[in-house]
Amino acid sequence: MTASRLLRHETILGVLTVIALIVLASLSDKFFTAENLLNQGRLMSEVGLVALAMTFVIVTGGIDLSVGSILGLTAILLGVFWKNLGLPLPAAMVLALACGTFAGWVNGLIITRFRVPPLIATLATLALYRGLAEGISEARSVRGYPEWFFFFGQGEVLGVPFQLWVLGLATIVAAVILGLTPFGRATYAIGANETAARFSGIRVDAVKLWIYTGAGFCSALAAVIFVSRVTTTRSDMGTGLELDVITGVVLGGTSIFGGRGTIIGTVLGLILIQALKNGLALSGVKGDGTIVVIGLVLIGAILAGALFDRNRGG
Amino acid sequence: MTALRAHPGRSALHRFIGGYGQEIVVLLSIVALFVVVGIINPRFLSDTNINSIFAGNAYIAIAAIGMSMVIIAGHIDVSVGALIGVIATIAGTLAVNGYPVWVAWVVPILFAMAVNAGVGALVAYTRIPSIVVTLGMLSILKGGLISITAGEWISDLPPEFMIAQMRPFGIPSAVYFMVALTAVAAMFMRYTDFGRSIYAVGGNMEAARAAGINPERTVVGVFILHGLFAGIAGILFATQLQVIQSTVPPNLELTVITASVIGGVSILGGTGTVIGSTLAAILFACIGSALIFLNVSAYWLRAVLGLLILATVLADMARRRRAT
Repeated sequence: MTASRLLRHETILGVLTVIALIVLASLSDKFFTAENLLNQGRLMSEVGLVALAMTFVIVTGGIDLSVGSILGLTAILLGVFWKNLGLPLPAAMVLALACGTFAGWVNGLIITRFRVPPLIATLATLALYRGLAEGISEARSVRGYPEWFFFFGQGEVLGVPFQLWVLGLATIVAAVILGLTPFGRATYAIGANETAARFSGIRVDAVKLWIYTGAGFCSALAAVIFVSRVTTTRSDMGTGLELDVITGVVLGGTSIFGGRGTIIGTVLGLILIQALKNGLALSGVKGDGTIVVIGLVLIGAILAGALFDRNRGG
Repeated sequence: MTALRAHPGRSALHRFIGGYGQEIVVLLSIVALFVVVGIINPRFLSDTNINSIFAGNAYIAIAAIGMSMVIIAGHIDVSVGALIGVIATIAGTLAVNGYPVWVAWVVPILFAMAVNAGVGALVAYTRIPSIVVTLGMLSILKGGLISITAGEWISDLPPEFMIAQMRPFGIPSAVYFMVALTAVAAMFMRYTDFGRSIYAVGGNMEAARAAGINPERTVVGVFILHGLFAGIAGILFATQLQVIQSTVPPNLELTVITASVIGGVSILGGTGTVIGSTLAAILFACIGSALIFLNVSAYWLRAVLGLLILATVLADMARRRRAT
């Protein structure tokens, strides 16, 4: 894992993204407009926020399948705290964020304390959190949020969607933490060799607990933005989010085995996916057709990476 | 290495209980559930309800047999729900377009085996983790299905196509399939070389290789077998109702994986039995039905399922730690 090697994957991805943008722009004249691109940024923010946290999770060699369910649960709790319990909306937001973060902490606890493999632990909480969302909401949706609340999902600051600022800020914070701090180095060390990390004095369990808690927080934050954007709360919100997020992270060059990956790669992966989705839709491919393309891109990208690795003798 | 952990020097009964611990727990849970819920609400024990529990969920148990083999081999498949949706749609389309019913039954099963042969080859030979390959496959199958059918339902299916609704000797055919396939698969896993090699590969791949097993070929074989069971499950799923909805049954993969794990298939690979997964599928169906008869809101069903998986997994980890 050398710097030049990491750079190379991101360079390839960057070139690929630019090519995709050019091709898509030539297919439809609506694609390369400031309005469309900013709108796409808006749609990308929720997946993006979760993907930043998921990059940390996957770099440690773990996975979190429950992020979509945490999003759904947080959204439902936001509605219930505000509408059914009569809390002021700001308090309901804070409380819902706290609950989503707690859900992430529970994941971390199950994984670190009971040594349950992350895949299975979060598969179980995927069902549990979604089940709680369904049970609490009983399939009723919550509407009628006050006008000011829609700022988080629909408002603009200096002509740029509010959540793009949030995503931008979160990206910088995540990139700095993963790339420049001891915490980031510990994250890579755990993914590369957990036992070795333990023996070199890294508090593996504490780091992992923080990371899964962070994934819960990011999912909860995405939930608030999501509810504000679509103006309603439903228990099926965020279903399948984990697939989009993991696809973005893995496409961005983060190894699913852990130990390797960058925030810049994740962001490029996300941009490529969103551009493909939007560009294909604009050129007349139906929504479900784009899911097929994303599946193919995911397998293709990993396959290319695996073959590349083999040719290098590693 | 095999499902039965040997305890030399103990009685046959002890060995039996030791080897099938999880299966016995699940079986006793089913019996206890029937007794308790039956006392509270006798309608739970009616023929109609018992029929719907067993026949309506047989396809889940059958899909869980294949899934158990995949998990025992140390892998996972999150695309099985989408695959079953695709199989049902292909079968229905063939049936309404006048193909002989056996073609409508067999072609989709062969399709499922071919898809899974591809998945297995990718997993075995490129070393891409099965979760990534099957996540990609999930999205390809799901997107492909909806964009081709546009979600249109298939109706006017010929009556002779409805294999799941046939009732030889008064028992729904799906139940025969479930029992027979479980028995065959259990024997296969215990007594054939290939079955045993699945445990070996899941337990320790390099040790299996050193013992002369070809792990790659085993993994591809396991995925093809999984395709066979998913195919049969898909046909039963397609023929149990009068229409085929041409969509992916939501969260079916989760239900199938849950059945395998609750039935005692270790999430880390290497141990478990297909009898356990079938029993667990029945247990889960019973719980779903019992909640309704106990007037518990159906909205809470998934939360109960989640707690159940979590409890089982934690118990499994605790048992493993004691064992080592």
